[in-house]
Amino acid sequence: MYSMMGIILTGGKNNRLKELSAGRSISAVPFGGKYRAIDFALSNMINSGIRNVGIPTQYNFHSLIDHLGSGKEWDLDRKNDGLFILPPCLSEYGTGWYRGNADAMYSNLTFLNRSNEEFVLINQGYAIYNMNYTDMLKHHVDKDADITIACRHMTDFPKEYLCALGIVETDTDMRITDMQEKPLNPKSDFASMGVYIIKRKLLISLLEESAAHGYYEFVRDIIIKKVNELRLYAYEFKGYWRPLCNIQLYYMANMELLNPEIRYELFEKNGKIFTKVKDEPPAKYNDEAVVKNSIVADGCIIEGHVENSILFRGVKIKRGAVIKDSIIMQDSVVCENALLDCCILDKSVIITAGKQLKGDKNWPLIVGKNVVV
Amino acid sequence: MRKEIIALILAGGQGSRLGILTKLTAKPAVMYGGKYRIIDFSLSNCINSGIDTVGVLTQYRPLQLTHHIGIGKPWDLDRLNGGVTILSPFTKQLKGEWYSGTADAVYQNMHYIEEQNPKYVIILSGDHVYKMNYSMMLDFHKKNNADVTISAIQVPIEEAHRYGVILATDEGKIYGFEEKPKEPKSNLVSMGVYIFNLNVLKESLIEDHHDNNSGHDFGKNVIPKLLKTGKRLWAYTFSGYWRDVGTIQSYYESNMDLVTRVPEFNLFDPNWRIYTPNPVKPAHYIGPKGYVIRSIVAEGCMIYGTVINSVIFPGVTIEENACVENCIIMSNSTVKQGSYLNCTIIGEKTVIGTGVKTGIGEYAENIFNSKIYNSKITVIGSDAVIPDNVTIGCNVVIDNQIMPGDFPFTYIPSGYALLKGDGGHV
Repeated sequence: MYSMMGIILTGGKNNRLKELSAGRSISAVPFGGKYRAIDFALSNMINSGIRNVGIPTQYNFHSLIDHLGSGKEWDLDRKNDGLFILPPCLSEYGTGWYRGNADAMYSNLTFLNRSNEEFVLINQGYAIYNMNYTDMLKHHVDKDADITIACRHMTDFPKEYLCALGIVETDTDMRITDMQEKPLNPKSDFASMGVYIIKRKLLISLLEESAAHGYYEFVRDIIIKKVNELRLYAYEFKGYWRPLCNIQLYYMANMELLNPEIRYELFEKNGKIFTKVKDEPPAKYNDEAVVKNSIVADGCIIEGHVENSILFRGVKIKRGAVIKDSIIMQDSVVCENALLDCCILDKSVIITAGKQLKGDKNWPLIVGKNVVV
Repeated sequence: MRKEIIALILAGGQGSRLGILTKLTAKPAVMYGGKYRIIDFSLSNCINSGIDTVGVLTQYRPLQLTHHIGIGKPWDLDRLNGGVTILSPFTKQLKGEWYSGTADAVYQNMHYIEEQNPKYVIILSGDHVYKMNYSMMLDFHKKNNADVTISAIQVPIEEAHRYGVILATDEGKIYGFEEKPKEPKSNLVSMGVYIFNLNVLKESLIEDHHDNNSGHDFGKNVIPKLLKTGKRLWAYTFSGYWRDVGTIQSYYESNMDLVTRVPEFNLFDPNWRIYTPNPVKPAHYIGPKGYVIRSIVAEGCMIYGTVINSVIFPGVTIEENACVENCIIMSNSTVKQGSYLNCTIIGEKTVIGTGVKTGIGEYAENIFNSKIYNSKITVIGSDAVIPDNVTIGCNVVIDNQIMPGDFPFTYIPSGYALLKGDGGHV
C-alpha cells in the first residue's frame, strides 16, 4: 500500500471560457446542473483514497474558496491532513502572484515538505472525468517511473481542439519519448490529461531546481526539458475525459451528460462526485411543463417547454417559454413566452417576457452573471 | 452563558396508523415531500428559530432516525456547545425502563435539561409537518408572563375531537383543556408544542412521576393538572400549514398538497429552508420520451416514462412506457417498462416489474386491518420486488421485503393484504 497526496492546479487568468471565466477561476465554473468543474478532480482523489489535498489558487479564487469551504462535503474536514487551500502570498519563497503552476507549487514547498506521503498526484481542476488513480499508481511503481502522465487517445474529440492539449509520443513500453505542449500540428491524438504521479521528494527537488533557473511552468519548463533525462511514462486512460479548454468544449461536455452511458460513467461507475449542497427542495413541474431529454436540478420550477438542456438549481421557467439546447445556471429566470436556443445563461440571469435569444451549436450565446435581458 | 431556550423533540412514537410505512422505522423517520423525513421540519424549525440545543427522544425502532440525524450536520446542529443529542431510554442502577408516555420521556431526561440549564424548554413532536418560528412563540410566552404556552391551531370543528381542545380568551389565556373530548367545545386545538418555564416543567414532571394514576402524557395528564392548580397557561395561535400526517390518507394528501400550482405549504422559501442530508446524486434526467407534469422530482432520478401528479424521491427510475399517476415513490425504487401505477405509495428500494398495474378496480375493505387501510390508496413497502405482469387492486397492502415467490396469484384484488410471515406484527 503506497501513500499518495494530491495537488489540484486551478489555472491562472485566461479568457478561454469568455464571460463564464471572467469572474471566476475555470476550476470554479458551474457544470452539469449542480457541480463546479473542480468537483471532479477533487472527488476522484477522495475516491482513490487521497486524504491530503492542496489547492493552489490563482485567478479570482473567491468563488472557488466559497465552494470548497472547509472541505466538509468531500469529507476533508479532518484533524490530520484534509484540505489545504493555498492562495498566493508574499513570503520568503513567494513573490505574491504565482507566475506559473510550478511556481504555485514551489511557493508552497512548506506544504509539500511537511506532508509525509511518498507520492504526489497532480491534476487539473478544469477537466470533467471520473478516474480512480490507484491503477495509475500501480503502473507508476511497476514501471519504476520518475513521472507518470495519464494520457488518452482523443478519438472522440474534435480534431481542431487537439492543439489545445499536450501531445505525447511513447515507445512500445509506454515510455515517453517526446511531448509537445499545444502543438500547431499535432502528430497524434495521444494527449496528456495533465494528471501526474511523481515521488514527493523528486517533485520538491525538481521545483527547487526550476525555481533556481527562473522557470515557472511545470510542463514547459520541467517535463518537456527532462524528457530524456527522467523516466517519463504514459498511463493510458480509456474512460471519458473532457478538458474545459474553450466554450465549445464546455458546451459539448455539458450536452454529453444527456447521454445515459456517459452519465453512468461520470457519476456512478467509479465512484460518486461530491459537491457543495444547497438544500433546495425537489424540482417542481406544473401543468404546462413539457420537458424532454434534459437535466434538471433541485429547486427548479418549470411551467414551460424544455428540450435538450441543462437546468441548474433554482431555475424558473415560466409559462410559454421555450428552451432548446441551452445551459441555464443557478437561480436564472426565463419569463413568459421567451425563447432560448443554444444559449448559456450564467447565474441569476433574468430573461424578460417574450425575448428571443439564439446562438449556434458551435458558438453558443453567453449571457453573463446577473444580467437582465 | 446560560442558554435561553432548548428544545426537546419527542420522536419515539411508532405512528401505528401508518401501517407498513412504520413497521421498520419510527414515524419521524418516514420519508416526506420528495426528499425529507418528517423530523426534518421540527429540526429545521429549531435552527431557523435560533435554537441550537436540541434533544431528540427516541424509542421505537430508532436506527434509521439516529442514522439520519447523525451529529446534526445538515441542520448546522454540530456544535461545540449544545447541538443535537439523541436521548434513548436507558437502564439505571436498580432498573431500566422504557418511556411510558410523553411526560415520562421528558422526566427521565431531566438530567439532560438540568445540565443545559435553560430558562425555557420547548417541547415538540417529531412527527408533524409545518414551518413555525418558535422565537415568536417565545416572545408571546414572555410577554404574557406565562408558566406554559401551548401552540394552538384552528381546525374544522368535526375534527377537533381527535386533538387536545383548548378553551381560551380572545387574548389567549387558557381556561379549559380537554384531551380528545367526545363533544369539543371549541375548534382551537393543541399542536403538541409547549414552552415551559424550567421550574414549572421540573415541578410538574416530578409530581406527575409520583402520581400512580397518571398516564404520564402531556396532553392527558400534565396540562390539565397545571390548569387545575392555577398555573398561567396561554395559547399561542398558529395559522400556517400544519399536518399530523398520522394516517395513510392524511400522509398521502399532505404529500399531494406539494404538487399543486401554488402549494399552501411552500418549501421554496429561501428564508426558511428545510434541511436534510442531501443525497450524493447528480441532477435528475428526463428522457427523450419522458413526460412530467404536476409533480415534484428529486435528484438522481431518471424518468423515461410518464409522471403525473406524483411525488418522486431521489434516485427513482421510471422506465419507458411506464406511467405513474397520483403516486408517492420513495428513494431508489424502480418502475419497469409498461407498468401503470395509480394512487400507490411505494417504499424505498422497491422494484416494480414490467407490465405491473396497481390501483385497479373498485374500493374494497381491507381484509387485514380496515382501520389502518381505509382509503383507495395501495401501499407497497420497502425492499420489495413485484413480479412482472401482476395486477394489483386498490386499498391493497404489500409488505416490506416481499419477493416474487411470495405472490400467490398474478391478480391481487382490492382490499387484499400480502404480508411476511410475522403478518400480525404491523
